[in-house]
Amino acid sequence: MKFTKILIHGFWKDLPPFRLVLGLCPALAVTNSAENGMGMGLAATFVLVFSNMLISALRKVIPDKVRIASYIVVIATLVVLVEMIMKSYFFALSQQLGIFIPLIVVNCIILGRAEAFASRNPIYLSFADGLSVGLGYTLSLTLVGTIREILGAGSWFGLNIMGHNFEPFTFMVKAPGAFICLGIILGIMNFWSRRRGEIFIQT
Amino acid sequence: MDLLLLAISAIFVNNILLAQYLGNCPFCGVSKRISTAIGMGAAVIFVATLASVFTWIIYYYLLVPYNLTYIQTLAFILVIAALVQFVEIFLKKKIKVIYNALGIFLPLITTNCAVLGIALLNIKHEFNFIQMVIFSLSSATGFALAIILFAGLRERLLISPVPKAMRGTAVALVTAGIMSLAFLGFSGMVK
Repeated sequence: MKFTKILIHGFWKDLPPFRLVLGLCPALAVTNSAENGMGMGLAATFVLVFSNMLISALRKVIPDKVRIASYIVVIATLVVLVEMIMKSYFFALSQQLGIFIPLIVVNCIILGRAEAFASRNPIYLSFADGLSVGLGYTLSLTLVGTIREILGAGSWFGLNIMGHNFEPFTFMVKAPGAFICLGIILGIMNFWSRRRGEIFIQT
Repeated sequence: MDLLLLAISAIFVNNILLAQYLGNCPFCGVSKRISTAIGMGAAVIFVATLASVFTWIIYYYLLVPYNLTYIQTLAFILVIAALVQFVEIFLKKKIKVIYNALGIFLPLITTNCAVLGIALLNIKHEFNFIQMVIFSLSSATGFALAIILFAGLRERLLISPVPKAMRGTAVALVTAGIMSLAFLGFSGMVK
């Protein structure tokens, strides 16, 4: 029962980056196309699942005072691994994402889940938490990427879907579009939550 | 002349926050009041410049000669974490004034992607030592400039009637988008 609850909480209740306002930088930077958003999300999910499991396994060994530093070492090691995998199997995507792959190290979602969940729960629950939050993040990034790519380039996953007469809003694939798109999605989600009677406003 | 162009381009044209999207967590988190934004901006200028110097030296004199460049990420984050800790202890013991002003922001900086981002960009652009110092200093100044301007806007937002659903982070992000649009105006200045 608890397991299923943890497995689905990342899709609405704690959906990053909207409900948990963490991990904004990649959500803004790499979502200029749906493919990049999804790639980034999956890379972060990989790191998150394994870091959650490792930290949960080591939670009795890691002394309390140096825990943040220890978490960073675990996360950084996994990120180096992801960097190598991406470079050898998905070279084009790794060129697109650029320095945002090494920057997964400082993605607050991963450290946040380690501190808030994995450090005090058994391995199988931490695995479920990592998977759920990670896939929620992937979905959000793909959604933002989809909106920006369709409006900004007239295509989706590289396929032209808006026809030839469509004049793309270049604005959407540039920096301002990212901020405004994310802000409006957040507003819509808050509106929906208020309609359902959940009290939720980010501060 | 090239160095001046590099500095202007890093502060305005390729502003680290508004054009390169680095350091957005503190940008939304600690920009509610101008005074905290100034503290955060100053702490980032200080740590980012110092961290860039250290990571640059470690990269070119330790990682490159021993063919260890693949652990760049791991090495950099450890250097930054240790440096932040060291700076905190040093300031606490020796320079109380700065510690009182910046102290609470220092732990936050370890996980600030602007600091690691600047360190990684220095390597990616293959800068020499002087270019690296100028680039780090001006990128961090760009961060401070953007966060202080943004805090000013957010103080005004508090007293304006914002629709209920958009309050908080939502309207902050839209405001940041408009600010970023304004900074896009600089993009013709320097190639």
